[in-house]
Amino acid sequence: MSQQKFTGTHSYIATDDLMMAVNAAVTLQRPILIKGEPGTGKTQLALEVATALDRPLYEWHIKSTTKAQQGLYDYDAVSRLRDSQLGEERVRDIANYIVRGKIWEAFESDVQPVLLIDEIDKADIEFPNDLLQELDRMEFFVYETRELVKARYRPIIIITSNNEKELPDAFLRRCFFHYIKFPDKETMERIVDVHFPGLKKELLREALQAFYKLRDVPGLKKKPSTSELLDWIKLLLAEDVPPEALRTDDNRKAIPPLYGALLKNEQDVHLFEQLVFLDRRSRTQ
Amino acid sequence: MLTRFFYMLREGGLKPSITELLALLEAMQSGVAGHSVEDFYYLARAALVKDETKFDLFDRVFAAHFRGIEDAFRDLRAEVPEEWLRRQAELMLSEEERAEIESLGGFEQLMDALRERLEEQSERHEGGNKWIGTAGTSPFGAYGYNPEGVRIGQQGSRHRRAVKVWDRREYRNLDDTVELGTRNIKIALRKLRKFAREGAADQLDLDDTIDKTARNAGLLDIRMVPERHNAVKVLLCLDVGGSMDDHVRVCEEMFSAARSEFKHLEYFYFHNFIYESLWKDNRRRHAERIPTNQITHKYGADYKLVFVGDATMSPYEIVYPGGSVEHWNEEPGAVWIKRLLSTFPKAVWLNPEPQQRWDYTPSIKLTRELMDDRMFPLTVRGLDDGIRKLH
Repeated sequence: MSQQKFTGTHSYIATDDLMMAVNAAVTLQRPILIKGEPGTGKTQLALEVATALDRPLYEWHIKSTTKAQQGLYDYDAVSRLRDSQLGEERVRDIANYIVRGKIWEAFESDVQPVLLIDEIDKADIEFPNDLLQELDRMEFFVYETRELVKARYRPIIIITSNNEKELPDAFLRRCFFHYIKFPDKETMERIVDVHFPGLKKELLREALQAFYKLRDVPGLKKKPSTSELLDWIKLLLAEDVPPEALRTDDNRKAIPPLYGALLKNEQDVHLFEQLVFLDRRSRTQ
Repeated sequence: MLTRFFYMLREGGLKPSITELLALLEAMQSGVAGHSVEDFYYLARAALVKDETKFDLFDRVFAAHFRGIEDAFRDLRAEVPEEWLRRQAELMLSEEERAEIESLGGFEQLMDALRERLEEQSERHEGGNKWIGTAGTSPFGAYGYNPEGVRIGQQGSRHRRAVKVWDRREYRNLDDTVELGTRNIKIALRKLRKFAREGAADQLDLDDTIDKTARNAGLLDIRMVPERHNAVKVLLCLDVGGSMDDHVRVCEEMFSAARSEFKHLEYFYFHNFIYESLWKDNRRRHAERIPTNQITHKYGADYKLVFVGDATMSPYEIVYPGGSVEHWNEEPGAVWIKRLLSTFPKAVWLNPEPQQRWDYTPSIKLTRELMDDRMFPLTVRGLDDGIRKLH
């Protein structure tokens, strides 16, 4: 395998520590676990790593009902049962009813793939433990057909978590770990820049200022994150809002325009409007 | 060198395993990290620490261990480390000032003292003569008057480079003994899950269906089961008013998290301590009271009882009849809490007061004794420990 290094892409800004963690995981062929506030680009990372290293991407999105086994394969007993009642010929071969999961697909890939296991914390507490052997040895056994499935190339496994559940130690020991912290202003400017290259300097400055100010409002239930900022800027551009309108020291327009893109919680909007109202009143008096 | 670091981490309270150490060594051998300390720091963190709440701890151990070892990295590469010079420049000292620093014991000692103070200090500071902050006469800080002062944060982004990444301790507020938000509480509360199937059978039970069909000579026999729910039942009693006003935010968060997490949650309010009645609506607390007896009769022993309160009051309010500050109580609070505890054996008391102060407040000691020591601080860690007791 050639030694490619991940250094971010033209549409994704990776910090030094993130690059280090990804490269360590790629080199040692171990899974990497990514945590961070929602909207800081955890899932996006897998797409970008796949693009940057030119690898196929397999995505496995986890839900609360997902079982570890489903990533490997499913035995479609119901179809077989139905076929058996209809007397179909294919019912004799159990292999016809084995449905491959995402991990199996990734194991069969002709080049080293990237496998994304998204939001692993959504699943049951035991879920990660059930995958230990598979992630360690990169092989598993299909009991129904007595077949050993082995990865042709060890996939680059990227696992994301929103921290809703604690993950078991045995599982963590096998991974590299990275926590994406909320970007500082400098990094944020670079991030916005790759998404909106032609953005006017003043608009960006005013937008970021309004954005960080909003994040500093105490008591918000959900602080706006990077992805919300990007959406908001997109809206500002579409509506052609002039930078002056964002300046929050203007008394009459103290609420940033289109703030619905930033605040997604009824109580937050309410709280914010109240603060603005109080602020305005204290100024006019 | 790394073995010592490894054991220092373990002593420091992190629990990296041998597998993780080996992974780190393997990564270093394959040259993932360059030869700078920063690279090594990032790599070691990714390999050894799997919990962002432990990043701050890791930073501290790293700083303690690698103090001075940066020099070793320099020898390794046989070049003068840039930051070393940069940091020197950061001081912006004139010759005379340098001489004055000598009087303080030299540059090294100044930096050591600075680091120590950074470790001690956790809040913003202004004025004064010891802490690091603004406008003071301490040798450390910004806009100050001490000639041998080290500037901190005065130059905006230029300064960012000068402080070592691990010395910045950016992850300080992720330490789980400090911060407690709704989200954190929810995560902690989630450990109190017990799934059970009850209610209407509306899901196909595949295994049972196959089993029954096979026994039925191949004729379909469909079986259904009810969906799984979190079956934990919780009684939450919250202290309101008085000394609890300082803790309103944290209690609100606790309450909102609990409310969304448990299907069976009953909550009641009390003031300072439990007496013969509680209430559900704070605005109508004098009109609509619920007798405590009714609660013990209505809810079964499978309910888990959680008190949230600072237990800070006069001890008379607990042990004497008529001790309540609000009304005349025929029986002392201690009797009532014992009644509740005998009905609900699974109970904990969560206390928002900092744990260090518990021993100095007699009423907290008393309450702890009544609770058989099942009192926990209202932090994520405390909640965790408390929930373990509820299982």
